[in-house]
Amino acid sequence: MDLGPHAGFIIAAYGIATAVVATLVTWVTADHFAQKRALADLDRRGITRRSAEPRPAQVKEPA
Amino acid sequence: MALIDLANPTRFVALVEGILPWLAAATLVAFAYGLHGTYLAPDDYQQGATVKIMFIHVPNAWLCMFVWGVMSAAALGTLVWRHPLADVAAKCAAPLGAAFTFLALVTGSLWGRPMWGTYWVWDARLTSVLVLFIMYLALIALWRTVDDPTRAGRAAAILTLVGAVNLPIIKFSVDWWNTLHQPASVFRMGGATVDRSMLIPLAVMALAFTLLFITLHLAAMRNEIMRRRVRTLMLTQAERA
Repeated sequence: MDLGPHAGFIIAAYGIATAVVATLVTWVTADHFAQKRALADLDRRGITRRSAEPRPAQVKEPA
Repeated sequence: MALIDLANPTRFVALVEGILPWLAAATLVAFAYGLHGTYLAPDDYQQGATVKIMFIHVPNAWLCMFVWGVMSAAALGTLVWRHPLADVAAKCAAPLGAAFTFLALVTGSLWGRPMWGTYWVWDARLTSVLVLFIMYLALIALWRTVDDPTRAGRAAAILTLVGAVNLPIIKFSVDWWNTLHQPASVFRMGGATVDRSMLIPLAVMALAFTLLFITLHLAAMRNEIMRRRVRTLMLTQAERA
């Protein structure tokens, strides 16, 4: 493939675009694992959302 | 699932987890097809192979405005309807929009140097896009400055709506002022002036970058919901202690 006399500019443009897209994907993926770790750590320490806590057993009142 | 159910962050995260792999696969396929078309596209009769920069410059230039449009819609969601996911959507779109604007500016400069003889001129199109990039950075800084996400969301929403004034300026700058940048050649009255052999790969690359934005945006929104969950749990724990 002959990119002509301005090949350097074309390669630089595609190279920078690839680097920026790769950085975005890495950042979002790494952030996901970081938040997952943080939530798992809180869960291990028993700190959970009220909706995630087990419901107390219902005691039936005698009629 | 009804649309209103998406207002519930837990249901939204479950939906995102389900569709993310499909979106990522569609993005990869679109990029593979688009890059193949870019490789096969003929050289321009005036610009030669340098025209290949167009296939990444134009989609990023479209996206930098599209993302601000998405953020403006989210800003209305925050200020008018107080939708619980609106400020999450706006916050997560800002870094992506900044990255696309950066790419539009850099690839434009790299295209301009061999074609215009200069990397940069202070003309209306280039300057208004640079202003957009600075506004993206200002929004990211604002989100990082204010601790409370709700307060930050409202301030950012106002700044976003004020910044939306720049969008028509960017779009019509090439018509209103005499600029070095060429006028619109795809979305214009009378149809596109780009040949089909270049227009099709350009459209596919635009679709690929748009799918990339949607995929990353949804993934970043899921992360932000998880981050807020962590923050709330830690605050609750601190209050109990």
